[in-house]
Amino acid sequence: MNEQVGLRGRAWFKALTGSDTPNDGDPNSVLATTAPVWNESALFLCVVPDKDSRFPCVRDGQVGLEEAFALAAHIRAVIAEDRDKPREAKRPIIAIVDVKSQAYGRREETAGIFFAAAASADAYASARMAGHPVISLIAGQAFSGGFLTHGYQANRILAFDDAGIVIHAMHKEAAARITRRPVAELEKLGHEIAPMSYDVRDYAKLGLLFKLLHAADPQHPASNEVAEVRNAITEAIADARKGKLDLSNRWESDAAKTTRKGTLAVRAALEAQWINE
Amino acid sequence: MNAPTFIPAFVKRKSFIELDARSRAQSLFDEGTWRELVGPFDRIESPWLAKQGIAPQSDDGCVVIKGKIGGSPAVAIAFEGAFQGGSVGEVSGAKMTAALDLATRDSEAGKPTVAVLLLETGGVRLQEANLGLAAVAEIISSALALRQHAPVITIVAGTVGCFGGMSLVAGLSSYTIMTREARLGLNGPEVIEQESGIDEFDSSDRALIWAIHGGEQRVGMGLADLLVDDDAGKIAAAVRDCVYKGVPQKHRTEQVELYRAHIAALDTSSQIEPATLRQQWADSKRGVR
Repeated sequence: MNEQVGLRGRAWFKALTGSDTPNDGDPNSVLATTAPVWNESALFLCVVPDKDSRFPCVRDGQVGLEEAFALAAHIRAVIAEDRDKPREAKRPIIAIVDVKSQAYGRREETAGIFFAAAASADAYASARMAGHPVISLIAGQAFSGGFLTHGYQANRILAFDDAGIVIHAMHKEAAARITRRPVAELEKLGHEIAPMSYDVRDYAKLGLLFKLLHAADPQHPASNEVAEVRNAITEAIADARKGKLDLSNRWESDAAKTTRKGTLAVRAALEAQWINE
Repeated sequence: MNAPTFIPAFVKRKSFIELDARSRAQSLFDEGTWRELVGPFDRIESPWLAKQGIAPQSDDGCVVIKGKIGGSPAVAIAFEGAFQGGSVGEVSGAKMTAALDLATRDSEAGKPTVAVLLLETGGVRLQEANLGLAAVAEIISSALALRQHAPVITIVAGTVGCFGGMSLVAGLSSYTIMTREARLGLNGPEVIEQESGIDEFDSSDRALIWAIHGGEQRVGMGLADLLVDDDAGKIAAAVRDCVYKGVPQKHRTEQVELYRAHIAALDTSSQIEPATLRQQWADSKRGVR
């Protein structure tokens, strides 16, 4: 497993907001602050590793109970504050994603991590449905329940075109074990079967990304790269504001027309058969 | 011997768990009102499984039934636990999202349409990995959109349970109905043992598994709503009750501060005792709805 999980997330949070200190009342694993993007201010959110967390199973940058509820609380506060503003004035919410996974712990299961994750996904989706542009920047890893909790409800998703970016349902070793294949075969399959791939360029073929960005070394953002990323975020915000509030842009994208034929066939057939008596 | 025959109720009842996904979904509807949409004869199969040497199924393990429940327009979407562990693939996931979206469209047009989700699933189908994960994100979004207009009712009956990404869908439902035989959680015990070690979770400890993930515990701690016997008649009646109740004033996942305080109050220096937690949280659950 990559030892660097969370470092890229923290680096980009710092580069884009100028700060990387947690707020009073938040766990040290959650960074949240308001910072300018173009001519407005946006809420930036990031989950980072905290080796001293009181929950042992989140110490390597996993998303756990405290992280999920802290994210939800920050997002709900912004939704409430902007309640009476028109759509174009609703604050953007920027999720910087570099998460290893959800927490695999007994404490977490006992206290209902499924529900904590749902509360965070709900907050992100509610912000989007209320008209806030929600933009995810995948700076490192985006795995499974961690990504569902933090980032996957965004209107628009940006990611770096870099070998260190991994967006997936399960990390390679575990997926190989469960699907009963050697890791090498799994990697080979990924190039033939796009949804199985661990390569972000294959992920881009699924039509779920707004844009791929480039940085020479995503762990150490250069100032011109920060400016480019900020421009891409601004562009994503503008695009989100003129688009629908749901996630239909994902299956209606050009790439989805080739890779998500199954999805489109189901939607067409169900609509045709959905006759009201 | 001529002793009086005593047939206990549990022998006479019609088990819900023993039904397949299709029969489960059908059993919830008012008689003569339902029909299946995009059924096996439409043959929309997973485009990914055959390429990996796995036989697809002509409904991709997902059944969509539309009709009336307690007189109200309703759609039920059921995952078949016997096909690929009830896993969410591109096609099965798209069926659920599309059905939820059409229910939302009707609801917005003045015809509130309830959705009942029957979840027997281990989560994302790893053979369709990223499209399965994307489908779960889309299901979450569409369920939240419908929830504003009409109740989204989840049933976890057993025996597969509801795990992985789909557990979030149960978490954000308007009402969650469980049996004692059902389990609900994000990570199953085997996954935790594999990722964090046997000291963290011994997946052979069945008493521990049921104490943490079991229906009685989830309802007892207030993260699910109704504990119902494994009886098709009783489960259908529980669904009708939820339909009559309508959209809750406030959904559980909107109660962020309440649950954040619950988590802050946990002593994490050792493992958390499930029975104690249930007692601590039970007092606040009445306040949620």
